[in-house]
Amino acid sequence: MSTPSTPFEQPASFAFSSDNEKKVAAIIAKFPEGRQQSAVMPMLDLAQRQHDGWLPRAAMVHVANLLGMPEIRVFEVATFYTMYNLAPIGRHHVQVCTNLPCWLRGSETIVRACQNRLGIGIGETTEDGNFTLSEAECLGACVNAPMMQIGDDYYEDLDADSTTAVLEALANGETPKPGPQNGRKGCEPAGGLTSLAGNKEDA
Amino acid sequence: MLKDTDRIFQNIYGLKDTSLAGARGIGDWDGTAELIAKGRQWIVDEIKSSGLRGRGGAGFGTGMKWSFMPKETGGRPVFLVINADEGEPGTCKDREILRNEPHKLVEGALLASVGIGAGACYVYVRGEFFREAEALQRAIDEAYEAGLIGKNACGSGYDLEMYVQLGAGAYICGEESALLQSLEGKKGQPRLKPPFPANVGLYGCPTTVNNVESIAVAPTILRRSAKWFASIGRENNTGTKLFCISGHVNTPCTVEESMSIPLKELIETHAGGVIGGWDNLQAVIPGGSSVPMITKAMCDTAIMDFDGLRELGSGLGTAAVIVMDKSTDVVRAIARLSRFYKHESCGQCTPCREGTGWMWRMMERMADGNMSIDEIDLLEDVSRQIEGHTICALGDAAAWPVQGLIRHFRPEIERRITERQGSAAGEAA
Repeated sequence: MSTPSTPFEQPASFAFSSDNEKKVAAIIAKFPEGRQQSAVMPMLDLAQRQHDGWLPRAAMVHVANLLGMPEIRVFEVATFYTMYNLAPIGRHHVQVCTNLPCWLRGSETIVRACQNRLGIGIGETTEDGNFTLSEAECLGACVNAPMMQIGDDYYEDLDADSTTAVLEALANGETPKPGPQNGRKGCEPAGGLTSLAGNKEDA
Repeated sequence: MLKDTDRIFQNIYGLKDTSLAGARGIGDWDGTAELIAKGRQWIVDEIKSSGLRGRGGAGFGTGMKWSFMPKETGGRPVFLVINADEGEPGTCKDREILRNEPHKLVEGALLASVGIGAGACYVYVRGEFFREAEALQRAIDEAYEAGLIGKNACGSGYDLEMYVQLGAGAYICGEESALLQSLEGKKGQPRLKPPFPANVGLYGCPTTVNNVESIAVAPTILRRSAKWFASIGRENNTGTKLFCISGHVNTPCTVEESMSIPLKELIETHAGGVIGGWDNLQAVIPGGSSVPMITKAMCDTAIMDFDGLRELGSGLGTAAVIVMDKSTDVVRAIARLSRFYKHESCGQCTPCREGTGWMWRMMERMADGNMSIDEIDLLEDVSRQIEGHTICALGDAAAWPVQGLIRHFRPEIERRITERQGSAAGEAA
């Protein structure tokens, strides 16, 4: 959950697009009869994706109505989980992990590189609405630290230069390649496999 | 060192094809119908005698857990829930299974479901693992299409439906009952136990909750035999294990090794050694952020398994090894973890909700040396009043790193306090 720092307007109403209505039906079908409340989290996520990355109150009310849930139960969910943004947010949400394993590998440098490139502090959005910068708790890519998440993608094995390059590419409307930025494929040790050496042939 | 032929995860680095065809190429889905035909009891017994202990942190016997599932459910459906809410700082092993070896998880889900009598399986993946959830969904779709799951799975006559659900950013949902609450569309706040999920789980029905790795190793154990798995590692600590080695090592990585491997061998063989050499090591958190750190002297001989680390007053946890060299400000490191637990406390139990924030503020002062010597004992005392006084283990998890720090680095803490007091006195003069 993000806390609104500046006043913003809530839209008066919300409805799912017809494409998303089909997705909603598929989500609800994953759960047994009478247990449609289980669909609340994926539906809030879908609403957020449809609504420029943030979840207006009208969308929560709409989801509550669709699922036959009291509104307060939906508000509880929306405010409990950190991935629901309750206020407008930049097009690219840059979340730098600063938990211990990333911190040990220099996440402070990554945060500074983001601040320098974007000209904003933690929790702020650039004036053009392109970027919001956040600190994140452990994102589960600790052997590829330091790392950041932007949208749905992870950018890993970062240093100041590669961080700046990723942000530069996004600012230019390009799609930087996600994953490790230092030439690794994934979580294997850099500089040569120490196990499963046979895998090399396929690589 | 574990032989490559004894490694369960042959494609953990994703260097080969991760699709169904590729998975079949490394032995997945081989003879699954025959394994199912051996029956529910055989599956549970085999997993029990393999000695497999849960890979999510607590280390409870997986076969034992399966055996708790009621045979007669009075018409209630039975669920398998797979915990892929990986978020323990230092831990990034399930991510690799989800994206590189998803078919092991799908096949494991089918076999585990037979073992506990489940007709539906939900995999709860942390929301940030969006790409990993996509990879898993692809594997599930392939398995449905090939008739491996769904109605008459693998032609065995057994029916299993399998679904992926994404979380939305709450560490606490890795706790099994909080996960069930979240899956039911509620705030992820842990439930009181008993009743245990085996009797009252998802939607009040019998449910087993297992970690991704526990489920993903099951097919290979059943194929290669419990005896094979049990022959690796030490008694009561059997099998292979995915280790994640992060922090101050030359080549951080995730690697499958035999349980009970010495910590030093693990780091030096696979992670390129400690930065600046073994003697530059200061401390290691051997099992994810929740377990107490151990000192360099303990690391020299530490054995990486449940019992070996318990003897050192720590734990294997998720086998996430966080290495800190001599350049690390260990007090600030633990203060960072305290901030994490404060952020992730669900707010349900007072000792945790109030205590985690209080400990974090104390830890921040401690990092600056801005406290009195007496307050070290006060902090230790308060941590004991959080530990064991909450519904779930998050309170314990928040307390242990602080206790570990005070236990092993008290002289450093006192030095800081004295130094600051000295400089304050100097300024006053």
